[in-house]
Amino acid sequence: MASILILFAHPAFEHSRTQRALVAAASNLPGVTLHDLYEAYPTFHVDRRAEQALLRRHDIILFQHPLYWFSAPALLKQWQDVVLEHGWAYGEAGLQLRGKVALHAVSTSAAEFEPEHGNGPTCSVRQFLSPWETTAQLCGMRFLAPFVVHGFRVDTHPEQLREAAANYRALLEALRDGRVDLDKAAARPALNFDLGDFIRPPDDAA
Amino acid sequence: MSDSILLYAIIYLAAAAICVPLAKRLGLGTVLGYLAAGIVIGPQLLNVAGPSDKVLHFAEFGVVMMLFLIGLEIKPTILRSLRRDIIGLGGLQVVVTAAAIATVALALGVGWHLSVALGLVGAMSSTAIVLASLDERNLLAGRGGQSTFAILLAQDLSVVPILGLFPLLATVQAVEGFRFVPEVARAATLWQQYQPLLKLLLTLVMAGTLFTAGHYLLRPLLGLLARSRSREVFTLVALLLVLSVAGLMELLGLPPALGTFMAGVMLAESEYRHELEAEIQPFKGLLLGLFFIAIGASLQLDVVTANPLRILLLLAAILSFKLLVVLALARLFRLPKRAGFIAAFSLAQVGEFGLVLVTYGRQTGVFTDGIANEAATLIVLSMFVTPLLFIALERLALPRMAERAPTRPHDAIRSHHAEVVIAGYGRFGQVIGRLVRVAGFEVTVLDLDPEMVDMLRKLGQTVYFGDASRHELLEAAGCAKARLFVLAIDNPDKSLEVAALIRRHYPGLPIIARARNRQHFSALRRLGVERVVRETLASALEAGELSLQQLGMRAHTAHRLATTWRAHDQANLENMLGYHDQPQDAWIDEARRAIENMEQAMVEEAAGMGALHDRGWATDAAPHRTSPAGTRQVVAVRPPDHQR
Repeated sequence: MASILILFAHPAFEHSRTQRALVAAASNLPGVTLHDLYEAYPTFHVDRRAEQALLRRHDIILFQHPLYWFSAPALLKQWQDVVLEHGWAYGEAGLQLRGKVALHAVSTSAAEFEPEHGNGPTCSVRQFLSPWETTAQLCGMRFLAPFVVHGFRVDTHPEQLREAAANYRALLEALRDGRVDLDKAAARPALNFDLGDFIRPPDDAA
Repeated sequence: MSDSILLYAIIYLAAAAICVPLAKRLGLGTVLGYLAAGIVIGPQLLNVAGPSDKVLHFAEFGVVMMLFLIGLEIKPTILRSLRRDIIGLGGLQVVVTAAAIATVALALGVGWHLSVALGLVGAMSSTAIVLASLDERNLLAGRGGQSTFAILLAQDLSVVPILGLFPLLATVQAVEGFRFVPEVARAATLWQQYQPLLKLLLTLVMAGTLFTAGHYLLRPLLGLLARSRSREVFTLVALLLVLSVAGLMELLGLPPALGTFMAGVMLAESEYRHELEAEIQPFKGLLLGLFFIAIGASLQLDVVTANPLRILLLLAAILSFKLLVVLALARLFRLPKRAGFIAAFSLAQVGEFGLVLVTYGRQTGVFTDGIANEAATLIVLSMFVTPLLFIALERLALPRMAERAPTRPHDAIRSHHAEVVIAGYGRFGQVIGRLVRVAGFEVTVLDLDPEMVDMLRKLGQTVYFGDASRHELLEAAGCAKARLFVLAIDNPDKSLEVAALIRRHYPGLPIIARARNRQHFSALRRLGVERVVRETLASALEAGELSLQQLGMRAHTAHRLATTWRAHDQANLENMLGYHDQPQDAWIDEARRAIENMEQAMVEEAAGMGALHDRGWATDAAPHRTSPAGTRQVVAVRPPDHQR
């Protein structure tokens, strides 16, 4: 059983229905540690040693955050700058993250990804995360496609949100239990649809 | 008689009041100002100085006090860091210069006793003039300045054994010197019968006794006095201490200056050093000024007019001799060329200690009146030439080496005072002091609570007992050189007093001040203190932030609110500064408007966080509600229980 560290970053969590559903889906899962960065470091003073210890204890590192300006919220960048130091995460002696798996669970506000808005982005979410992908590769980590939840309108049916949350929980369980085909999951544009293509069903169900 | 004392006091003070500022303006320094004042009122010009030799004897006590202060400055830590330069370079400068001058004198047919005495006198340079001149030119901190300082320190220190040595060199009948305590003079004759060598031994024994006895008796006594918190009594005891040590030494027929020097060294490491320095400084300044005026007034300048060529040759010989000795030693010690030139040009004159030794030599029968006068005249002339030497150094010598060997901006010891002065070392100042020290800055701390000072010293911190609202003490603590003054005194009245004092005397010294409350804050700001910190604001805000978290607000959101609140509160406070002299109504109106603005701003800040997340999408109910009374409240949305 692999262990999963969710590094959760959301400066306005109070206002996000989507993220609340995802956090609820990731809570109370054995083998999954949910680490709320904005709650832990309100002043942005990231504790490097504590963060590195957390990383060392887990096999899969999952960054869960909304997409702000096509990137992660500021504290996650700060976390990256402080924690991934030379000689620890990369560089000659930096082997601490080697062999681990990295991926993102991202919510978007959807508007900017909808074709009807005309001036939509020219990239997919996966492409926007390319700095993170490169970082993961530099640290010797396996980078998987992101789990993307496009934002819901206020009037969206709650059923859709529930479905996204359930998929997220299913993905976490499969990652934890080693039922994810990592090669397939790394090659896809995203992990939030057709889960059956890269996740094996649990053994007892098979 | 009392009429004439008053009259002479007026003449001396007036001459000094005119000449000293003038000399300073011309870049000659205060010592030359005093000497010039003496020459002006002396027999050569106005001839109103009266019995200047009597004044001189009295003013010698200034020298005694100066040695006490020099002793106080001799901290083992400084000695240790400069020991190579002091003992090696400085010691050799004294010995080689003295030997060279003595050899020439011997060759010219002067007796060897006198030759040695003249050599020792000639080895001295002018600490006061040189340090001030180097400082003015920003050369003191460099390698050359530090070497010069070390040599001057070595000269100051060597005065002590020289004073002990002089009676051994006596060849003529001693002139009866001024007795500080005439009553003991008779008893003192008892000791005069002893052999000079025995006397030297006695001197050393006395020095040791004073040192040890004083260490165990004086410090507790001073502590007791400090606790009484009576400034007058402290002044009184400081004077009493210096006078009685001088008297005791005189009773034994030993040089009083030696005793006070030892007393100074003994107290140099004590926590009362700055306070004692501040108490004695004004007396020393006055008496020493008087001493130099009296020397100026007693000069018989006809030796110059009688044979100008002889004086000119002697002067040129002394200056070039001293200059060459230092240059040679600088090369021996592998100083950079530039540093060597700075030291050599700076130290070429003979200084005030030379005058002290000449006067002392006359009393102990080393010099005849004629030789003493000629030597003193030469010394004074060499001091007047010093500014010219500095001009030569700057215009001719240094420009040729400037490119090749720039002065090192930061040497191991940059100055003998710390970069940061902290006044008030209670709960507030201590945090600042420890943080600044950990960051590697040198700190001088002043505090007025003897128990606190004792305790902190036991913990190994450098803390001085003293009242920061006294200018002398601020000066002694090194405010003229410091880069920062931290005003952490809790009493608002005292704090304002110190702030005003610093703004007046050290307008360029940045202040970071602690304010008790808003009134104190405003008063400090109006005094021109730019950076004022309210003492409980930060901790209260931290508690407020924790309160918001406890009430369910996200930590980062609470932090942003607290930070925003702080910025607005600060802006309001600054804004209110303009209203302090307005009628109360205007003030209250403005204050009320400020509170309303602040509440509005807070609501906007909280909403702004929500705006990060596009509100058209996936947000729930608005987190801010308008209460019926119209004042708004921020309502937190409780985060899910995932943390538990």
